[in-house]
Amino acid sequence: MASAIYQCIEQIGSKIIEHKDFLTELDREIGDADHGINMARGYSEALKALPQEEEDIGAVLKKTGMTLLSKVGGASGPLYGTAYMKAAKVAAGKKALTLEDGKAMLEEAIAGIKMRGKAVQGEKTMLDALIPAYEALTEGMAAGKSPYECLADMCAAAEKGVEYTKTIRATKGRASYLGDRSIGHQDPGATSSLYTLEAIRDFVKGL
Amino acid sequence: MVGIVIVSHSEKLAEGVRELASQMASPDLPIIAAGGIDGGIGTDAFKIQAGIEEADRGEGVLILADLGSAIMSAETAIDLLEREIRVVIADTPVVEGAVSAAVTASTGAGLDEVLEAAMEAREMHKL
Ligand SMILES: Nc1ncnc2c1ncn2[C@@H]1O[C@H](COP(=O)(O)OP(=O)(O)OP(=O)(O)O)[C@@H](O)[C@H]1O
Ligand SMILES: [Mg+2]
Repeated sequence: MASAIYQCIEQIGSKIIEHKDFLTELDREIGDADHGINMARGYSEALKALPQEEEDIGAVLKKTGMTLLSKVGGASGPLYGTAYMKAAKVAAGKKALTLEDGKAMLEEAIAGIKMRGKAVQGEKTMLDALIPAYEALTEGMAAGKSPYECLADMCAAAEKGVEYTKTIRATKGRASYLGDRSIGHQDPGATSSLYTLEAIRDFVKGL
Repeated sequence: MVGIVIVSHSEKLAEGVRELASQMASPDLPIIAAGGIDGGIGTDAFKIQAGIEEADRGEGVLILADLGSAIMSAETAIDLLEREIRVVIADTPVVEGAVSAAVTASTGAGLDEVLEAAMEAREMHKL
């Protein structure tokens, strides 16, 4: 039987692939119209490459990151690739995760994206979805919420973050070439980050 | 000799720049094109990593890269290297930078000097 972590990645991949056209449309408005194509290709290759029965979460995440790195092609390849590989280090050798592990993994993933993209919050990137999600997780944990409740809060926060990207100007990536004309459009990478979190939330709900 | 790696979203562009720069370089100069991803448009950190390893003759490698994620993929490639290689990315126009770097590297100059030559391309005027 496929391991839980494989099933989780499969759910993320399916969600991204399902929204491939929409992500590409968003990228058509402020980029080069390839974000959905890039991400869908990356995840379908990852799902082919991943060992379905492998239960070491770190190993599966590392392989996912390596595949995204080599198959995505755009900025989201090194960014998500680095994020998965950083999270993989926290999960190395683990067959189950606590909420604390999840928090450490997201923290590492965000640090990896910041390092690779030399970006901070407010530049109209995936960080504008992920950082509010991390903050919601921290608050949820402090309030003693369950993993599913925390993930639901994280998705709500990320969704607000995606809305916020419509109001700001891009200063990193392709969209920065548009300057003020990038305002009014939602960031494709923030949107794929929201889908990733939603898929994890739905996966956890089904456990 | 210092090696040179050309990174572009387009395989054809990287190959074209390689061809153009090689024309003015020593036949021994390692210049490697690392463009595109699986035949399409994009950048591939693993292809760039392999390019760096192929271009390395022990005296370092200079990378010239085009837009956007080309720099991110090149930096990722450097992190992925399996052996110690001194690699620098030149913040300079790709075509002019590659020609300057190739000419200088062909003289047997070291990495710092080749980088400097590539950077001079920023100031080159065409008219
Ligand atoms: N420097 C960066 N830091 C963080 N996120 C970034 C950065 N640059 C781009 N992004 C994110 O990546 C998304 C675009 O991903 P996509 O796969 O379309 O790459 P791309 O911009 O087309 O890449 P390329 O530069 O190769 O053309 C953006 O919407 C943004 O969220
Ligand atoms: Mg794009």
